[in-house]
Amino acid sequence: MSERVLRILVDSFGKILLPGLMTTIPLTVISFCLAMIIAVVVAMVQFANIRVLKQICRFYIWVIRGTPLLVQLFVVFYGLPGVGIILDPFPAAVLVFSINEGAYCAETMRAALESVPAGQMEAGYCVGMSYLQIMRRIVMPQALRTAFPPLSNSLISMVKDTSLAANITVTEMFMATQRINAIYYEPLALYCEVAVIYLIFSTVLTRLQRVGEKRLGAYGARKG
Amino acid sequence: MLEVQNVCKRFGDLQVLKDVNLSVDKGDVVAVLGPSGSGKTTLLRCVNFLETADSGTMVFDGERFDLHAASRMDIARLRRKTAFVFQNYNLFLNKTALQNVTEGLTVARKMPKEQAIDIGRKMLEKVGLSDRAGHYPSQLSGGQQQRVAIARALATDPEIILFDEPTSALDPELIGEVLAVMRQLARDGMTMLVVTHELSFARGVSNKVIFMEDGAVVEAADSKAFFEHPKEERTRAFLRTIDRRVDAQEA
Repeated sequence: MSERVLRILVDSFGKILLPGLMTTIPLTVISFCLAMIIAVVVAMVQFANIRVLKQICRFYIWVIRGTPLLVQLFVVFYGLPGVGIILDPFPAAVLVFSINEGAYCAETMRAALESVPAGQMEAGYCVGMSYLQIMRRIVMPQALRTAFPPLSNSLISMVKDTSLAANITVTEMFMATQRINAIYYEPLALYCEVAVIYLIFSTVLTRLQRVGEKRLGAYGARKG
Repeated sequence: MLEVQNVCKRFGDLQVLKDVNLSVDKGDVVAVLGPSGSGKTTLLRCVNFLETADSGTMVFDGERFDLHAASRMDIARLRRKTAFVFQNYNLFLNKTALQNVTEGLTVARKMPKEQAIDIGRKMLEKVGLSDRAGHYPSQLSGGQQQRVAIARALATDPEIILFDEPTSALDPELIGEVLAVMRQLARDGMTMLVVTHELSFARGVSNKVIFMEDGAVVEAADSKAFFEHPKEERTRAFLRTIDRRVDAQEA
């Protein structure tokens, strides 16, 4: 590796990391929190079998899972202005990522809710609890524990998917890298550099997942 | 105190309950016997609205309930006066033994926490599990879980406890501890409706027996009369097969 490339890498590291901390992470965190709210609501509606709403939820999941994330970004950012809805790049990205991730996480949550034995619900009724009390205190906590590993998976995916926001002019890590590359033209080194930073982010999240799983491992059930 | 009349229930093509009647007085321990698939468990679940009967009525505490079309309010009121012990315990898996017992008090009945914990500890003591208050269900044996479930049932001070085959899921050596707790309850005058396969329990503890087959009541009698002078041929045949099975186990 030439001295020039090395210097470019060192100089650019901060310039890539900064938009990572200022944009990629907030974009991920905000979108994922909104996605979780969507997921819990959509999963609950299906679990409780509320007639019309359930069909709306199935339709939402069908459309979102059946179309590419990049296309969804383009529809919202470049398409919606055609009908007078103009969004700034960052809010547009948050909107698309949360709606997109919400559809996947809703399915994870639904599966987790359905994995809680029916007897838990019946026992709750028999001690006099209402449906919502049972959901909040008994079923949801158990479902969240089951859903934790796959949801962590979704979160890690999302960190990387935010690089697609570069296409709608959000200056996140990948866009920053492209700009630096336009000046120095060292694509191999620079794109590998940003890849390593993504890897660091993912590694931190994987560690956090492990800690989280250990915490949730209470209830006495330690597997292995 | 509890009068169930003309309960019918079908699952698809299968008529599970055919015009079943049932009567329980205060302080009664009623054993419901019968071969598997005779509808015993479904009957019990209809009484607590865990299943919705196709038709039938129930009078409980002088109040009349339509077993097919009770309102949500009626169901909630009835459930507050009854308790249910499941075959598979169904303890709340994310709660400790003590929390399992207090949950129905603090959440459903809005009792202050200290008071609920007080009752919870007393109930756990009653079933001999004071030292397991902080354990989660997965850390307890089947027998211990079922005793916690009984403590949970007792905590809400029910007028009747419904038992659905409380010992059927237990290893043979764990059955005794659960039956001992139930015997004590009977001595304390608790009203109990018990679906069971434990003939010795039915014979020794219950004062009334109902024998069901194919969704209908074949014979209902006082316990002593039922075991010593069964009227129906079907009942005699049932008691004989069970006796033989017990003999075979002991041999």
